[in-house]
Amino acid sequence: MSGADASLDRRLRLQSGPAGRYEAMFEIRAFEDRVQAMFFEGTVHGTTHTCQGQEAVSVGIAAAARPTDTVTCTYRGHGHALALGMPPVTVLAEIMGRRAGSVGGVGGSMHLCDTSVGLLPTFAIVGAGIPVAAGAALTAQVRGTDDAAIAIFGDGATNIGAFHEGLNLAAIWKLPAVFVCENNQYGEYSAIHLTTPIENIADRAASYGIPGHVVDGQDVDVVASAVGEALERARAGGGPTLLEMKTYRYAGHSRADTAPYRPEGEFDRWYERDPINTYRSRLIEEGEVTAEEAGEIEARVARRVADAEATASADDPATVDDMFRHIYAP
Amino acid sequence: MRKMRMNQAIATALADEMRSNPDVVMFGEDIAVAEGPFKTSAGLLKEFGPSRVRDTPISEMGFLGAAVGAASTGLRPVVEIMFIEFIGVALDQLVTEAAKFHYLSRGTVSVPLTVRGSIGAGLGFGCQHSQTLESWMYSTPGIKLAVASGAHNAYGLLRAAIRDDNPVVFLEPRARYAKREPVPTGEDAIIPLGRAATVREGSDVTLVALGAMVPAALQAAEEAPWSAEVIDLQTLVPYDKETLARSVSKTGRLVTVEENPLTGGWGGEITSFVTSELFGDLQAPPVRIACPDIHVPYGRELEQRYLPGPDYIAQQVGSLLDTGTRPAHWWETREVVA
Ligand SMILES: Cc1ncc(C[n+]2csc(CCOP(=O)(O)OP(=O)(O)O)c2C)c(N)n1
Ligand SMILES: [Mg+2]
Repeated sequence: MSGADASLDRRLRLQSGPAGRYEAMFEIRAFEDRVQAMFFEGTVHGTTHTCQGQEAVSVGIAAAARPTDTVTCTYRGHGHALALGMPPVTVLAEIMGRRAGSVGGVGGSMHLCDTSVGLLPTFAIVGAGIPVAAGAALTAQVRGTDDAAIAIFGDGATNIGAFHEGLNLAAIWKLPAVFVCENNQYGEYSAIHLTTPIENIADRAASYGIPGHVVDGQDVDVVASAVGEALERARAGGGPTLLEMKTYRYAGHSRADTAPYRPEGEFDRWYERDPINTYRSRLIEEGEVTAEEAGEIEARVARRVADAEATASADDPATVDDMFRHIYAP
Repeated sequence: MRKMRMNQAIATALADEMRSNPDVVMFGEDIAVAEGPFKTSAGLLKEFGPSRVRDTPISEMGFLGAAVGAASTGLRPVVEIMFIEFIGVALDQLVTEAAKFHYLSRGTVSVPLTVRGSIGAGLGFGCQHSQTLESWMYSTPGIKLAVASGAHNAYGLLRAAIRDDNPVVFLEPRARYAKREPVPTGEDAIIPLGRAATVREGSDVTLVALGAMVPAALQAAEEAPWSAEVIDLQTLVPYDKETLARSVSKTGRLVTVEENPLTGGWGGEITSFVTSELFGDLQAPPVRIACPDIHVPYGRELEQRYLPGPDYIAQQVGSLLDTGTRPAHWWETREVVA
């Protein structure tokens, strides 16, 4: 299977139902835990921004979107890339600077890309992906397809000009775009309430005359239906929507950050509503999966992540020639 | 003389300027409570309080613009652009507003603003967090531009930048933050802008470098059989023509060592100056050692290949001295593998 087919195939499996959503979330958690460990082991260098705790947002978005929709997201992008369909080995190889990585190993952790599932190169500049998503929505509008674009960005990004300019433009042109803010409560080291004078970022939609909703970002099904509804509205010509996913970042901002600024007990309160644990219990309770089946999923995922690591580690590093490729389109 | 890391030297310079002038204020992302992502403002919030040391939202255009306004009305702000790339979203305030206020006010308004930013490759941050970007700024009249090469001059240059009555961009090579060096401090240690430092005397060739390329050029010179004079430019705008000219007329050879894509790099300006002014003194064509016209790659080895290192510098200079002609850039002789 070619890389593109593998991504598409994974994406479609995700849409197969609750067990698929559980597996996708569990995969992100296992992957991110491993990536974090690898940085401490020194297997990879540079920096990384992991997303443990935010898995329901990634999977809910991917479950609701089509592979032909365009997605822009940030440096905190491993989870979105995996949920959208990128195979773990492709993401990990990129993080490790290997040729099997999604951009051949010259991009690194902050720079993933897979156009077969609509993911534009992920953005390491805060806010930059927001107007870009508006532009992708413009393509759909001008060409008359019913595809849409989704911008995924953080709470901190809603204080930068690009957010406001992007939303305003999308609103006046009624672009088929969905703006998804992952409110994980922090920018780098600052709690969002220290840099933002309002409680709900969703309220900012009012300035642009578009709908804004607060969404429980810890519940994958709730995320999927909120994104699904916003996409439907967008595809039908109703214009953009701003969705604020309330969620929480378990790890520090980046590799080096141990999050000393976090108030005592905050992590524990959020962990009680861990998106993976709560979904697992619910699926078992509702008879969607048995505990045994859940265990099988988890074992399968663990093997997949271990295989990805073995394959990526055995792969060749990007070469000097690779540095010179793709500077200009031919 | 105290030994300090470059980030400590910067925090010390900031503290000393804030003590000596109550108009000096500071803002940037996570610089107050967290003391800066690179710990360049350690202790400042504690000593100077939240009115003078402020955390900002992620909004470079907003806070750089606010610094322009504060500077034009009496304060002397220092703002931190965590990675110099982030100035992209705020460039208007610097190059189109701040740079032109003095001119557009018939000299009645000045903008004593310092914009600090971290620059450069070597830490594995990928192509959007590894550039130096002097070339975005050095051809805008009205802005001065200084680049530290380590703790030893970061202190003195930064204090001069803050005291200057113009907008000054002060760049800090990220790869040098953690390096410890003896640092002269106090009023006497202030390094006037516009003055280069001859960090090594020599007679065969003049190596002119900036930022993180200074230690690389020095190391190359120290290990080589030939005698190189190494000049740390320190200030790129305005650059020290006198020191440059004196050195090149003595050695007869000029080599620039730059951490930037070759095309449009500052070495082109230096080379042009020397060629035009000292043509008769030159015994060989001026040579530029720079990076290829590509993005900074991820991955330790590729990044090291991308950057001019001491061995490569030594080999280029050696070849110039042997042959009297410009040596090929490493990428010009590369055999391309598909
Ligand atoms: C324009 C710009 N300014 C600053 C940064 C540095 N930076 C990277 S991530 C980050 C915090 C972003 O917070 P948020 O938008 O909430 O996203 P999160 O990291 O929480 O996912 C900052 C300040 C940047 N990358 N780009
Ligand atoms: Mg955040």
